[in-house]
Amino acid sequence: MATIDVPEQVSVLADAEALRKACKGWGTDEKAIISVLGHRNAVQRKQIRLAYEDLYQEDLIKRLESELSGDFEEAVYRWILDPADRDAVLANVAIKKLSPDHHVIVEISCTRSPEELLAVRRAYQARYKHSLEEDVAAHTKGDTRKLLVALVSAFRYDGEEINTRVANSEAKVLHEAVKDKEFNHEEIIRILSTRSKMQLMATFNRYRDDHGTTITKNLEGDSGDEFLKTLRPTIRCLNDPKKYFEKVLRNSIRRVGTDEDALTRVIVTRAEKDLKDVKELYYKRNSVPLDQAVAKDTSGDYKALLLTLLGKED
Amino acid sequence: MANPCEVEVLNNALSGIGVDEKSLVSILTKSQNEHKKSMRKGCSKFFLEDERQFERWNDSAIKSLKAEFKLFKDVVVLSLMHPWERDARLFKKALKKGPPHYNVIVEIACTRSSDQLLGARKAYHSLFDRSIEEDLASHVKGSERKLLVALVSAYRYEGPKVKEDAAKSEAKALLNAIKNNNGDHKKKAMEEDEVIWILTTRSKPHLKVVYEQYKKISAKTITEELEVELLLKETVECLCTPQTYFTRVFDTALREDAKEDAKKALTRLVATQEDVDLKGIAAKFEDKIKERVKGAYKDVLLGVLADDRQ
Repeated sequence: MATIDVPEQVSVLADAEALRKACKGWGTDEKAIISVLGHRNAVQRKQIRLAYEDLYQEDLIKRLESELSGDFEEAVYRWILDPADRDAVLANVAIKKLSPDHHVIVEISCTRSPEELLAVRRAYQARYKHSLEEDVAAHTKGDTRKLLVALVSAFRYDGEEINTRVANSEAKVLHEAVKDKEFNHEEIIRILSTRSKMQLMATFNRYRDDHGTTITKNLEGDSGDEFLKTLRPTIRCLNDPKKYFEKVLRNSIRRVGTDEDALTRVIVTRAEKDLKDVKELYYKRNSVPLDQAVAKDTSGDYKALLLTLLGKED
Repeated sequence: MANPCEVEVLNNALSGIGVDEKSLVSILTKSQNEHKKSMRKGCSKFFLEDERQFERWNDSAIKSLKAEFKLFKDVVVLSLMHPWERDARLFKKALKKGPPHYNVIVEIACTRSSDQLLGARKAYHSLFDRSIEEDLASHVKGSERKLLVALVSAYRYEGPKVKEDAAKSEAKALLNAIKNNNGDHKKKAMEEDEVIWILTTRSKPHLKVVYEQYKKISAKTITEELEVELLLKETVECLCTPQTYFTRVFDTALREDAKEDAKKALTRLVATQEDVDLKGIAAKFEDKIKERVKGAYKDVLLGVLADDRQ
C-alpha cells in the first residue's frame, strides 16, 4: 500500500501557481513545495510540470534544481520525475560511480514488474542514447556482468502459471550451488534471470520446504566475492522485496551518518507502491516506527519531505 | 490415351517449388481411368511399376508433394498473422526442431526492430505461458545457449549515435576473442563473454562501425573469420550485413536441389518482408521465382514482393 496522502480534489493549475510563487523572489518557500509535491501522485506531478511549462515557459524541474540544494534537492528531483525516468536516472548514477552500485541495478531490475522494467529501459535510451544493457555491460566484468545484464534484459512472463516439476529441479540446483559455495554461476543466472516471479516463488518455497531454511538464510555470512555480493540482493529482491526494502532502510539509518542516497531512493520509489507494508515490517523488526527513526536521523527540509512521503499529516 | 504433352504438363505441374493448381485442375477434370493410366506410366518420377502389375505412387514423391501443397497454405497463414504472433511461433518451432534450426532464432532476434522483438516476446507469453528466454535457457544445452538467450533479450538503442573509440576497441576485443579460439578448440568464440556482450547489447549502427573497424585491423571480415562457427557468423551477418544473409537464403531456397527447410525459409522471408529490408533482393530473384515456382504459391510470392508495395 502507498503511504502518500493525496487530496480528493487537485487543481494542477493552482499547484503550478503555488510552486511558482514558492520559487519567485528571494529565497524559496520549501514548505510550500513540500506541501504541494509531497501530496501528489505520479500522474498529477506530470500534469503539474506540463501546466507549469504552459504558464511560465520554463521547465519546473530545472527551476527547482536551481532553487534547491543538497539532499533536499536530490530528493525533490527524484520524486518529481516519472517513475520510469527516475529509475533510469538511478540506474545511470549507480553505473557511472567509480565503484558501481550493483545492488541498485539489482533492486531496479528485480522489484519492478516486467512492464515497468521495460519502461525503464525505454526511458534510459531516451535519456542517455544507449541501452541500459550496454552501459551495464560496459561497466562491469565477469560473472557479475553476466548476471546484471541478464537481469536488466529480462522480460519475465507475468502470469500465474507455474510448473512444480521445474520448481523442484531448480530448487535442487540452487541448493547445490548455495551449499557448496561452488556457485555454478551459469545455472544460477539462468534461473534467476529468466523464470517468472511466480515460478521463482514456487522454487524458493520448495527450497524452504526441502531444507528447513530459506535460501536467503543460507546466503548470509562472509562478504564473499563480487558475484556473491550481487547475488544476495538478487535473491532477496526476488524472494521478498518488502523485507529487502526494510533491510535497506534499516541499514541506511543505522549507519554512523545516514546513507541519504539509499534512504531517499527507497522512500521515493516505494511511497506510491508498498511503503506502508515496509513501514509495518520495520516497526515489527525494530520496535521503533520508521517515521521516528527517519526524524531522528535527518533534518530540515529533507526530513520534512521524507516524512511527508511517509504519510505524516501536516 | 494421354498425349505426351499432357504427361509433360503433369510432370511440370508437380515439379519445382509449389504446385500448378490450374494445370492440374484442367488435366484431372478431363481424364478418365484409361487416360490416367497412361499418364501414370508416363510419369516415372511419381509412379513406380509395382511387381504385381500396377503403377503405384512413389511414397517419397507423395511426401514431397505434401510439402509443396503446404507451401501455399503456410504462406497464407503466416502472412495473415500478426507479426508478433508470427515471430513468437517461429521462435517456438525453431526451438522445438533443434540446433540445425537455431539460425531462425538468430534471424528473427537480429533483424527485427527493438519494439518488434519486444512484441514477439509478449506474444510468446500469451501463446505459451512462458518467456522465450526461459524456454531457450532451459532447452538449449550447447554452447549456443548464452548467445541465443542474450540475443532474444536485447532491447537495442536505435539512434544513430555511435562512439568511434568504443567501436574501435570493441573490434579489437572481438579480434582477440576470435583469434584466441581458432587455436583452442575447447571454447568457441560464441561462448566468449566479450563477444556476447558486444554483439547482444550494442546498437546496430554501432555494430556496423565495429564491423568496418574490424576490416581495418584484420585481413578478413568478421564473417569470413567466423566460417567455422556458423551461428555466430549468421549473428554478425544479420546485425551488420543483413542483405548478404537474405540474399543467401533466397538463393538457397530457389536452387534445383533445395531442401524443404530452405523452401520454408522462402515463405518465412516473404511473410516478414514488410518488417525487414528486402528491397532490391526480391527484385533480383524475381526471374528465378517465375522460373522455378508454381501456381498460387508463386502468385503470392510475386504479389507480395512486388516493388510498388515497398
